[in-house]
Amino acid sequence: MTAVPTTPGGDPPATPVLALRDVEKSFGAVRALHGVSLELFAGEAHALAGENGAGKSTLIKTLAGVHRPDAGQVLLDGEPVTFGNPAVARDAGVAVIYQEPTLFPDLSVAENIFMGRQPRGALGRIDRKSMHRTTAELFRRLGVALDPEQPARGLSIADQQIVEIAKALSFEARVLIMDEPTAALTGSEVARLFTVVRTLLEQGAAVLFISHRLEEIFALCRRVTTLRDGRWIASELLEGLTEDDLVRRMVGRDLDSLYPKQDTEIGKTALRVDRLTREGVFRDVSFEVRRGEIVALAGLVGAGRSEVARAVFGVDRYDAGGVEVDGRAYKAASPTAAMAAGLALVPEDRRQQGLVMDLSIEHNMGLTRLQALSKAGLIDRRAEHGTARDWALRLQLKYSRLSDAVGVLSGGNQQKVVLAKWLATGPKVLIVDEPTRGIDVGTKSEVHRLLSGLAAEGLAILMISSDLPEVLGMADRVLVMHEGRITAELSRADATEETVMAAATGRSGASASSNGRDAAA
Amino acid sequence: MTATLISPPAAEPEKAAASRGLVDKVFRARELTLLVALVALVVGTQLSNTRFLSEQGVKDLFLNASILVLLAVGQSVVVVTRNIDLSVGSVVGLSAFACGKFASGSSHGVFTVILIGVLVGVACGVLNGLLVSLGKVPSLVVTLGTLYIIQGIDYYWAQGEQINAATLPEGVLDLGTGSVLGIPYLPLIAAVVLVATGWYLRSYRTGRELYAIGSNPEAARLAGVRSGQRVFAAYVFSGAIAGLAGALWLSRFGTVVADAAAGWELQVVSAVVVGGVAITGGVGTVWGAALGALLLTTIASALVVLKVDSFWQKAINGALLLAAISIDRIVQVRVTRALRRRNARHG
Repeated sequence: MTAVPTTPGGDPPATPVLALRDVEKSFGAVRALHGVSLELFAGEAHALAGENGAGKSTLIKTLAGVHRPDAGQVLLDGEPVTFGNPAVARDAGVAVIYQEPTLFPDLSVAENIFMGRQPRGALGRIDRKSMHRTTAELFRRLGVALDPEQPARGLSIADQQIVEIAKALSFEARVLIMDEPTAALTGSEVARLFTVVRTLLEQGAAVLFISHRLEEIFALCRRVTTLRDGRWIASELLEGLTEDDLVRRMVGRDLDSLYPKQDTEIGKTALRVDRLTREGVFRDVSFEVRRGEIVALAGLVGAGRSEVARAVFGVDRYDAGGVEVDGRAYKAASPTAAMAAGLALVPEDRRQQGLVMDLSIEHNMGLTRLQALSKAGLIDRRAEHGTARDWALRLQLKYSRLSDAVGVLSGGNQQKVVLAKWLATGPKVLIVDEPTRGIDVGTKSEVHRLLSGLAAEGLAILMISSDLPEVLGMADRVLVMHEGRITAELSRADATEETVMAAATGRSGASASSNGRDAAA
Repeated sequence: MTATLISPPAAEPEKAAASRGLVDKVFRARELTLLVALVALVVGTQLSNTRFLSEQGVKDLFLNASILVLLAVGQSVVVVTRNIDLSVGSVVGLSAFACGKFASGSSHGVFTVILIGVLVGVACGVLNGLLVSLGKVPSLVVTLGTLYIIQGIDYYWAQGEQINAATLPEGVLDLGTGSVLGIPYLPLIAAVVLVATGWYLRSYRTGRELYAIGSNPEAARLAGVRSGQRVFAAYVFSGAIAGLAGALWLSRFGTVVADAAAGWELQVVSAVVVGGVAITGGVGTVWGAALGALLLTTIASALVVLKVDSFWQKAINGALLLAAISIDRIVQVRVTRALRRRNARHG
């Protein structure tokens, strides 16, 4: 395979394929976009950077014809156009891949790609054969193995995105907009996606790429436009910029350090997991977490990390082994028992598992402590409000009223509410699953500072994370899982990207510093 | 072209064929299961009472089933869009009475009478469609409301009056009793509507869009599907079918009172769900719905022949309905899991 250049050389043609000029968009009193301009050139990947809430999604939806700008222009090949609805934008060659793939689960992959544009034969009937043939051809071009007649239900996120890209290919999109396509992908899936995108770039497509992972922006894109609080900050070539420069433009200030784990006094063992096994999911998982320590559980998606956390917290049952908090075992398969023992779990998916979106901030924070907050069976609203206010202050939550629904907060602030909800129970051991996924850089370092501070206060923290810099920066020790087993235990000094990835992919026979517990298996 | 850089993975067709086979099996299974149940029921009943499958018996069976099949077809088109039309029973009643009023004592041709029925149905469908697609009110509530409104109009108009067969023109009554090549008109009409609708839903873009809307409304919007128009059209279609069914009702029974077909909406919805059309939209065929309607009708007839208390008929319909949705749920969970496992192995 020959190397494809990261960014095609040469000056861009004078006229951008698609552009925004001085676009304004407000929702009620909230100004989402204010004087935003953007130019996308053929054959070039353009990054859109900005924190959560900076207006990236609104910008995309404006390009896609979902929103119409209040003022300013959308230009296609230099001509002002009006995208009244998504179909008009699509017919003009603009394809959007949203963060959450938007497929029809009950329909076949081929129908998903061609909905509304199915090839027609005699009498205007859909020509299924031709539709399936074209779909197979698209997948062949993308180098993926998917059956056109398979229903979309059950496809992995990565495959769903491939279907979305095939859809873009099918109408020869000239502009491909991708909103955080890599958020849920593993390393190899990201690599496959990039290969596909580079192929499209070579064929002359213009790409707008959004990602919270700065290294991906640098790997794929040639230009970057930065937004902050709905305002346009800069559009520039990435060449010559550093990650720090970009972060500074996004947050408008310098960040001391992205990963500020402070040194803490490591105390006695708080959580001990001994040969925990769940048939077919994970096997012989043993580790301990001590007070004041942050232990990272690294590995690829699907290695069984979240499943271990769920079993420890009693959400799922386990078949063998045991778990102790402060030397005392507690009843398996019972979250209530786990909570009583002093465990708290901040789950991976805050929208579905962590928060009740329509409920207010204070009610969400109170959910874990209904017993403690109630008097004679009735909930003491004042006590609930008071605790919520204290935690909001401590975690520097950005909100207007505590009675607002959690759903209106930004991702980072939602994560803080989940943390508050669990910290309010006064746990001894905190398990956090992907604590900063989908959170912008500024809030990310705040979450890190918070976790570090909690460890300093003597909390034992088990952190599941797929973000390698986060693992290396935050953890005192790194446990690596591969296919349901712990394949390495690395000290802070020994943990590098190479050693962690080697263990995560099962390549190494457990590196020198690991305890080699399961290496033989 | 750089596409050649990426070599297609090997061992592909096998996996593809396997997952397709599984899915096909599941979707075909529903129609097949219904067919087997139907045959078993017919054979069992015939064994205990040989008059069940006499020429007249079979004719009655199909005549009885025709109107329910028609309504189930109309209802399916609405249900695949993740909506429901509870007003069909009332529409049949109003249409039958309107046709009766129009025809009685006159010499109007049968086609004119049918046209009147369809127009009454279309009017009701337009009302439902506008309220659901423009008003953005949940269809369950809207059509529950129109159910009572349309019924109210019917009662007010009838004032206790009833249409008698004796006053109807011969052509109209012929439609209910006559036949061509030994096949009665009613089942023939139902079959034509069924085949045409099935063909349309499967083979036309707008038909597939109805499924898309039911499967994921947000995705449909982003794909540029004009959901409002499609849902509106689905209601107009369901209304038109119910109107047609009203005209057929008149010709079959001759005598029509204001509350004709009252309560039928629940039977229709049962037939559709038993037939495998998911109440959550996006899944199912009119073939399944028609089989569901045929099965429910056959059960009713069989129970009469077997001299079973009519009380049991409702209990059996209920049990069948619960069994159908339980099976749907289990199958859905299993298929999702199987597909995931398959994809995980490959990814």
